[in-house]
Amino acid sequence: MHPALLGLVTIVIGVGGCVGYFYFSNLVLDKFIFPAKGTDAGRNINRANMVRPWLFLFPAILALGMYLAYPVIATLWYSVSERQVIDGEQVNVFVGLANYSQMFGETKFWEAMRNNMLWLIVVPAASTAFGLLAAQLTDRIKWGSFAKSLIFMPMAISFVGAAVIFKLIYDTRPVDQNQIGVLNAVWLQFDGGIGSFLILRLVPIATLLCFAALVAYTAWLFLKPLIKSQGERYNAWTLPLRVLIGLGGAYLIFLSFRSILSLLTASFPYGEAQTWLTIPFWNSFFLMIVLIWIQTGFAMVILSAALRGIPEETVEAAIVDGANPFQVFFKIKMPQIAGTIVVVWTTITLVVLKVFDIVFAMTNGQWETQVLANYMFDKLFRANDWGVGSASAMIIMLLVSPILVWNVYNARKEMR
Amino acid sequence: MDNIAGSKSSLGWAVQISVVLLVALWLFPTVGLLVSSFRTSDQISSSGWWQSLFPTEQNLTLRTADPDDDGAQQLIDGVYTVSGNLFGEAGDADISVWGTSSRAIDIYTPGDTAELNDGETITVQANGDYVWTSPTELSGRGQRAFVTAETPPDFTLENYQQVLLSDNATDSMAKAFFNTLTVTIPATIIPIVIAAFAAYALAWMDFPGRAILIAMVVGLLVVPLQLALIPLLKLHLDIGIGKGYLGTWMAHTGFGLPLAIYLLRNYMVGLPRDIIENAKVDGATDFQIFTKIILPLSFPALASFAIFQFLWTWNDLLVAKVFLIDATGETTVMTNQIVELLGTRGGNWEILATAAFVSIAVPLVVFFAMQKYLVRGLLAGSVK
Repeated sequence: MHPALLGLVTIVIGVGGCVGYFYFSNLVLDKFIFPAKGTDAGRNINRANMVRPWLFLFPAILALGMYLAYPVIATLWYSVSERQVIDGEQVNVFVGLANYSQMFGETKFWEAMRNNMLWLIVVPAASTAFGLLAAQLTDRIKWGSFAKSLIFMPMAISFVGAAVIFKLIYDTRPVDQNQIGVLNAVWLQFDGGIGSFLILRLVPIATLLCFAALVAYTAWLFLKPLIKSQGERYNAWTLPLRVLIGLGGAYLIFLSFRSILSLLTASFPYGEAQTWLTIPFWNSFFLMIVLIWIQTGFAMVILSAALRGIPEETVEAAIVDGANPFQVFFKIKMPQIAGTIVVVWTTITLVVLKVFDIVFAMTNGQWETQVLANYMFDKLFRANDWGVGSASAMIIMLLVSPILVWNVYNARKEMR
Repeated sequence: MDNIAGSKSSLGWAVQISVVLLVALWLFPTVGLLVSSFRTSDQISSSGWWQSLFPTEQNLTLRTADPDDDGAQQLIDGVYTVSGNLFGEAGDADISVWGTSSRAIDIYTPGDTAELNDGETITVQANGDYVWTSPTELSGRGQRAFVTAETPPDFTLENYQQVLLSDNATDSMAKAFFNTLTVTIPATIIPIVIAAFAAYALAWMDFPGRAILIAMVVGLLVVPLQLALIPLLKLHLDIGIGKGYLGTWMAHTGFGLPLAIYLLRNYMVGLPRDIIENAKVDGATDFQIFTKIILPLSFPALASFAIFQFLWTWNDLLVAKVFLIDATGETTVMTNQIVELLGTRGGNWEILATAAFVSIAVPLVVFFAMQKYLVRGLLAGSVK
């Protein structure tokens, strides 16, 4: 049968089956099992109404249980067991943490972890920052909604499509040919002169300094109550969190300054076309750009809505009191959209943790660009090692679980 | 908003320009792909796509007509002559210099006559017209000419023909396109139906355990589907579904359900209680309330989830790779086909760009047509 026809038939059967299930199960419940007539009419109606929610929920619970809840447990089991053939039958034998220790012994795993951490810092931060910038700018102009939909557009493009798009940008040709990749064409314009110094050293250094200042400011906000605790009270429970954020901030600042130093001393290979995706460490950033490009639109849409939701009186009052635009932004607007920023940040974090297609299509983890999701796919379907593959899947689950707990906690709070 | 208190924004132009730059930066990559998909392989590999929009000076290797072709060679005044235009037909091209050897491509100017071996000569004009003469009969292939020419923008639909209509198994996206469609449509509709009923139950029916179920749905929202790959593949193989459409539909349904239930429940809870209670008083059953009142009212939420699920299933690679595509490759989807093209035809940008654009065209259309609902859905359920 032609696949299109097959698809059509399935749509009819699948959707018809679903609707039929709901219709007939309700019919059976009302007409035959607990008919709303005769002597027990009232009691039957009550009984039917007690059963009905479960009738409505049954397919969803079945699908959720089978396709999401069960796999979590099964993966946990696979990660602590090993496939063995006993008496001609394949069984899983408990092996404790052997898979994990095997995985921890692999350099590829640590490479994936290191890259994932980089992704987790850079992509949400950059997407949120660009999104905030775009939201701020587009909200002030007449054709803002048009500009927004264009920036938002990459959201509709598949990771694979985006990978092709960016492979074209990063393309490299031999020395004697015209460069057809934009990045190399731009790169060849730099010759080590004053322009190159400005763009390749000063601008990145300024960006890094801004980043360091932002980190320092955030860390300071969290640490302030600890250092000068006059009047300001803080929850003792948050103490470890605050210290942790402080330490993490200090580390990030240290990293930024180290990068600034290396930027100042590094010598760039001007005039040579680069194969961007094979330069270790930096190639991860070239992959991240793809995801940032996609996710910025998302951040922009959400943050723009949040910015519009800010009561105008608060801004007006600040301006009347003589606040400058920066103060208005950082002291009035930022605190009011902080909750939304957290939501955007965590959402992008989830996307980053699952990122697979981009790495798979562009480098497949070669040249030290491995990430966890691709590492897992590698283990599962190429090495056919279910134990280690499941163990790495559990690591992803572990990284996701703080967000899971936080979401559930918030949802419960909202419902009350 | 910032113009109040008398400070008229003097940054207006700066804002406009920054937005233009930002939009240009964000559009640039996609436009590059689109433009490249309309260029021939030679054009793509000889110059960057941004140059193709303007007349460019290019070094080209062209060939005269083959003397052996019927009627190409004529005997005029005792010399054998082949004449015509190097570009096929006289166009807007403008040759600045030319040569007959790859080592000296710029020794002649238009109108010059080059002496070749055996008394042959060739004259090339600025617009590409040439006259190639020889005292003896010419044979073999046409004479090569290396020209540096200013050529106007030139685009072609050939790539799309190759990708969409040809029978070439590796290049043709037609089958993959239909396969993707076959995956996408049921995988979008089925979860909506299931989730709508569940969301109604969670929003408007009272039963023990409701709160826990809602919390579970929220928790499952973030469970990475990577965890599900092996257990489910094993399950599918054990119960005999194997790799195929059915398993893929079910997997997409399972993975899409939490977001669907979450979005729809949040929306349905916000519907006015009065309508539902009035209907109950009038004797409507839950099933009737659901189909006659809730469903029509929930259209915006249904639409926004439908777009999400459509984009997600259309763009998916991982689920298709694990649950659908078997060794025969008969059921390949577009994303997978493109990844394979990246491997086998990594240098053939014309095919790659066209294939990629074919695969992103449909989501783009959906995106621009239904953006309103997409944004609404994002704002309602930005958790996944």
